[in-house]
Amino acid sequence: MDQDQNGSALNRRNLLKGASLAGAAALGTQVAAEPPAAKPAATAKTDGAGPNAIAGGDYMVDVLKSLKLDYIVANPGSSFRGLHESLLNYGGNRAPEFITCMHEESSVAMAHGYAKTTGRPLCFLAHSTVGLQHASMALYNAWCDRVPVIGVLGNIMNAAARRPGIEWYHTAQDPCAMVRDYTKWDDQPNSLQHFGESLVRAYKIAMTPPMGPTIVVADGELQEMHMKDVKGDLHLPRLALPQPPQAEDSALRDAAKLLAKAERPIIYADRMARTPEGMTLLVQLAETLGCPVVDMGGRMNFPNNHPLSQNERGGQLLRQADVILALEVADLWGMTHEFIDNEEQTVQSKIRAGAKIISISSTELYLKSNYQDFQRYAEPDYPMAGDAQASLPSLIEFCKREIDDGARGRISKRAEDHAAAKAKAYEATRNNAAVAWNASPVSTARLAAEIWSVIKDEDWALVSNDALSGWARRLWTFNRHYRYIGGAGGGGVGYCLPASVGAALAHRGTGRIAINLQADGDMMYAPGALWTAVHHKVPLLTIMHNNRAYHQEIMHVLRMANRRDRDPSTSHIGTTIDNPYIDYATLAKSMGMYAEGPISDPAQVGKAIRRALEVVKQGSPALVDIVTQPR
Amino acid sequence: MRMFVIAAALLVSAPAFAADNTVTEGKRLYNFKGCYQCHGYVGQGGAGVRLAPDVKPYEVFSDFVRHTTGAMPSYSEKILAEDELKKIYAFLQTMPKAVDVAKTPLLMNAATGK
Ligand code: HEC
Repeated sequence: MDQDQNGSALNRRNLLKGASLAGAAALGTQVAAEPPAAKPAATAKTDGAGPNAIAGGDYMVDVLKSLKLDYIVANPGSSFRGLHESLLNYGGNRAPEFITCMHEESSVAMAHGYAKTTGRPLCFLAHSTVGLQHASMALYNAWCDRVPVIGVLGNIMNAAARRPGIEWYHTAQDPCAMVRDYTKWDDQPNSLQHFGESLVRAYKIAMTPPMGPTIVVADGELQEMHMKDVKGDLHLPRLALPQPPQAEDSALRDAAKLLAKAERPIIYADRMARTPEGMTLLVQLAETLGCPVVDMGGRMNFPNNHPLSQNERGGQLLRQADVILALEVADLWGMTHEFIDNEEQTVQSKIRAGAKIISISSTELYLKSNYQDFQRYAEPDYPMAGDAQASLPSLIEFCKREIDDGARGRISKRAEDHAAAKAKAYEATRNNAAVAWNASPVSTARLAAEIWSVIKDEDWALVSNDALSGWARRLWTFNRHYRYIGGAGGGGVGYCLPASVGAALAHRGTGRIAINLQADGDMMYAPGALWTAVHHKVPLLTIMHNNRAYHQEIMHVLRMANRRDRDPSTSHIGTTIDNPYIDYATLAKSMGMYAEGPISDPAQVGKAIRRALEVVKQGSPALVDIVTQPR
Repeated sequence: MRMFVIAAALLVSAPAFAADNTVTEGKRLYNFKGCYQCHGYVGQGGAGVRLAPDVKPYEVFSDFVRHTTGAMPSYSEKILAEDELKKIYAFLQTMPKAVDVAKTPLLMNAATGK
């Protein structure tokens, strides 16, 4: 960094005042923005680095603290050594506290899980070229999942300041280029003030729907420069988040008219409820309309024990629907079409002719070209660009206005019918779970039922996706927003374990039991996250769905063999995890974690989970390895 | 006399032995040919639908396996001979019934909405 261009005119006395003002403008516990705090006095040099700051990295810590970031998740790297030391000795390793990760993919996935649990981002640090390449897969998941994650990347631009050899391998002239296709914004600041403003901007952009990852480079020379060499003003930039964009009122009014008149409306919600408020609003809308809801599971959108929750009958109801409301549905085309992947790939519409589709989605507001996460072009009749949760209050209000006496009768009758169907669906679910009940390896339904019997009287949160073929979401009662956070987003394997550790970190101290349903293939991408959980005392109950394979892939290979009329029995080659089996309990124990297994006998499952739960209740992570049926 | 007893014993046990063998072989083929991948080790379903207990009549079963153009990849006789499919069918018929939900507290306490 060109130090000469940085003036040194600091007024450190006012730092604390500045920091607390910025802090006040920062977030509470939810994603929604709070009203901006009063502006600090407009005179220059009234805030900046703290009174004890001696290095550029110290100012960076002040900026991080002003954003109220609880933790820094990182694998250490020399390109951010200046900032690292500042975090410890200037920042006191508190808010943010340094969480040691064993892979940058784990760092980012932890931030991903944490953000979906709290509504607030974490900051990950990465070591230039190598660190960012490691982080890139998890960044892609966060991007696809529309989740805010903030990165600070070490890099050393000044060639004359780089140590010879390794530091050249670990430098790029535009390091963020490699992930620019799936980050919302990045910058490579040229001065400390520039860094401060860009980090606060990165926070703001990451948190504005559609949310996503952002990255700011912390140049090595900036981190290590002495404060006395700083020229010019050094402010702590103030954060004020924009309100999430609401869909346009007249479009919402039209939608309300259609919904109020509909005979068979249905709501599909995917990445909708950003906060508990989102779930409350969706319940209000559903009850106002007597409208069934299918929660697609991108977020915890709707309580699955509500009589209008119709996940079990979704396919059937969609086919009958005359008006379909899609809220932040990531793949609207896939939701409305059946794509049959047989020799002749065929497509069938899942909706009846003349059915009207209303879509509210913030992804309409921001897309990029290269990566195809935007899915196949869908043709909703009423597309609205806006954040669905932010649009619900108006939509509910407009629906209420449109409901006349005729509609009221229809709505209450409909609600009764759905409640009756719900009771029947529960019964069918239990009957289905009863098949293969005593099978060994353990059936996924049995495993879900065994876990439920242990946790149902606890306060709990499922912090992984429902890896048990959806049995957890069928058999357990998900009635709070924090019960579920959805999956990886981009389908990148290796998300589940670290994201669960990040989410469990967010739950720590709440008394909730964080549960991770852990697939075996995913576990082996970055098992070091187990160590992070132990080292930082993150209570997390991990239960392995160990089917000893990359199971989905076996099926794909077999599909090809059958299509080509060749031997299907070779499909295990390259897709199974055997010879030898992996002993996950021993793996966990080697990192100091309480662990049991492998368990194949269903009669032993409940007892083992109960013992592990006791360990988790004492504040430590625990793992139980269950050998399971394929799906 | 002694000879006769042995012969009789063989006569009695031979069909049972053959049936046993068919089921064991059917189980092996069910796994070897990949049915387990989508239908579970005991036919309970997974990525594919439930096949057992209450297996469909053989004609329906085999017609589906041979000719489906739906989500399941079909099997020709070249990659799954007719007698192999029959053995798989015999294996699936031996799968145990579902447990009685009313007598299984874990199930009675799940999917209740509470
Ligand atoms: C790659 C996954 C896959 C594999 C492998 C597979 N199936 Fe299937 N199977 C399915 C799916 C999915 C269905 C439901 C298809 C549908 O409804 O169109 C199905 C349906 C069936 C049905 C119809 C059941 C009913 O009640 O309608 C039969 C019978 C069947 N499979 C037998 C077999 C046998 C026997 C094998 C092994 C030789 C096998 N399947 C292998 C996926 C698979």
